[in-house]
Amino acid sequence: MIDEMVAPRLAFGKALVEFAPLFPEMVVLDPDVCTSTQTSLFRAAYPHRFYEMGIAEANAIGVAAGLASCGYIPWVSAFAVFLATRALDQIRVSVAHTGLPVKLNGSYGGLPSGRGGATHSSIEDLAVMRALPGMTILTPADSVETRAMTELATRLPGPVYLRTVRCEVPTIFDAAYRPVLGKATVLRKGSSGDVAILSEGMMSARAVAAADLLAAEGLKVRVLHFGTVKPLDGEAVAAAARECGRIVTVENHSVIGGLGAAVCELLAEEAPCRVVRLGFPDVFMESGDDGLIFSRYGLDACGIAAAARRLAAGRGPTGA
Amino acid sequence: MKLEERARELEAKARELRFHIVDMVHAAQSGHCGGSLSAADIVTALYFEFLNIDPANPDKGDRDRFVLSKGHACPVQYAALALRGFFPVAELRSLRAMHSRLQGHPVQGKLPGIEVTTGSLGVGICEAVGLALEARLRKASWRVWAVLGDGELGEGAVWEAAQAATKFGLDNLIAVVDNNGLQNDGYCRDILPLRSIPDKFRAFGWAVLEMDGHDMEDILRTFGKALLITGSPVCVVAKTVKGKGVSFMEDKRDWHGKAPNAEQYAQAVAEIKGGPA
Ligand SMILES: Cc1ncc(C[n+]2csc(CCOP(=O)(O)OP(=O)(O)O)c2C)c(N)n1
Ligand SMILES: [Mg+2]
Repeated sequence: MIDEMVAPRLAFGKALVEFAPLFPEMVVLDPDVCTSTQTSLFRAAYPHRFYEMGIAEANAIGVAAGLASCGYIPWVSAFAVFLATRALDQIRVSVAHTGLPVKLNGSYGGLPSGRGGATHSSIEDLAVMRALPGMTILTPADSVETRAMTELATRLPGPVYLRTVRCEVPTIFDAAYRPVLGKATVLRKGSSGDVAILSEGMMSARAVAAADLLAAEGLKVRVLHFGTVKPLDGEAVAAAARECGRIVTVENHSVIGGLGAAVCELLAEEAPCRVVRLGFPDVFMESGDDGLIFSRYGLDACGIAAAARRLAAGRGPTGA
Repeated sequence: MKLEERARELEAKARELRFHIVDMVHAAQSGHCGGSLSAADIVTALYFEFLNIDPANPDKGDRDRFVLSKGHACPVQYAALALRGFFPVAELRSLRAMHSRLQGHPVQGKLPGIEVTTGSLGVGICEAVGLALEARLRKASWRVWAVLGDGELGEGAVWEAAQAATKFGLDNLIAVVDNNGLQNDGYCRDILPLRSIPDKFRAFGWAVLEMDGHDMEDILRTFGKALLITGSPVCVVAKTVKGKGVSFMEDKRDWHGKAPNAEQYAQAVAEIKGGPA
């Protein structure tokens, strides 16, 4: 239901259970966080297809790769930060390089970690995963897209990193929505000459809210949601640059190496234009209320709208 | 003072720690009660009897180093540091709040008395080996005490650290395993069976002592023995109960990382203040 608040991690856990009959080869590996990532739902429904691996993320990835090479489709679901950092070598060598169909669920993506702070927020995982050849990166916006992408990821032949967030987020897609791999989704058409906002994951609901604030002021911004961060929909990015001329990127991630970086890398070569990247600057996260911290970095509807407004007025992010 | 008398004093102190653990997690409505409460008696003994530390001079060079490798249990360390005078007790309620020095997991340099950033399990014990090695290189007399979770022992890094400590003969390193039998998703025996923790550490070349992690006299005696061991690192396996001291939290998976509501808070405080030691 549109606007309903649902945690994507919960949608992911439910989707695994829902699609299990469709994929008899699917198994789930858990490094002692299933009650957090919600794969505990799968544990309850399919105990014989669920492997509890203990607090040993790196080993879980290696075991998953072994299972995958024998025809299984293993999902490893863990805190995003511990997949992308503790288990990176195994992901790089045994999963990305082999191209085996190991499916990674980076749960607790971005800031929201239940106030865990620096060690628990995951604001580098997209950068890390993007740098791995052959890794598909999915960043669903809400529970509807999380469900659809869980199926899509399981179906894909190679490795996938599906990022879910811990907190509840508003539902922006109706139940019939089906994401297309590698294609951005137009959330607001906007009009040529105005700004385009390019966002990923849970930031897309906020980008839409910002666009609606701006529309009331007569500024018609385009909003593109990138449910796939890799491969990036270069056509949509270049078209936004050519048609709108100015771009704001918004991500629940560091501005280094994530969506904003991917957009800038593409535009520098294909369609240079002014870009403002909203995300976490080059800092570690701290504990605190998610809402307050997002706002501190301009990652709420008002902050996004303000950045777009300044850009539309031909001024930089600081007003300079 | 007789050991028995000292134990009674420390039991009272541990009660204070337990109160503040529940109090700060309740105030934050976020944090880990279970693993903090299971380590409360161990941490009390260390901070109030064994560690050579000085709140007036928290960085003094010859201080003992305490490393909470199971960083999620930091409420127990924060409570000990505050009650030991490292910072105001009133600050405990800022746990996990924006800009607080009491981060969700311990951050080195953020708060006096925090030596090592932890929270990613398996990280702290490696750094503890480095601290102990440094003492060895400097011919310094201070010791390194590390507290680990039993679930944490699943991380391969722990065993990398264990081998390095043996190689360097770090008898100035004492690792205490809070053997509460539970981890995040359930009992260790179901999640990743540990078999015998003492046998494992012995096989890695460590001296091993076992104790009841809630019997203060046993803790005092065992830690005293640990200090006398030379030639190898020492592992103290402490049998504990997760959530110890609050009946409805004891041995309950649910209370690994959950905050009490108002009613549960009131009951927990009543039990801690009034119940048997
Ligand atoms: C590397 C890493 N993986 C996963 C986690 C998430 N996590 C936090 S606490 C915990 C369970 C810890 O169990 P144990 O070590 O037994 O601690 P205790 O029972 O004393 O709380 C897990 C899996 C983490 N903090 N770090
Ligand atoms: Mg434990």
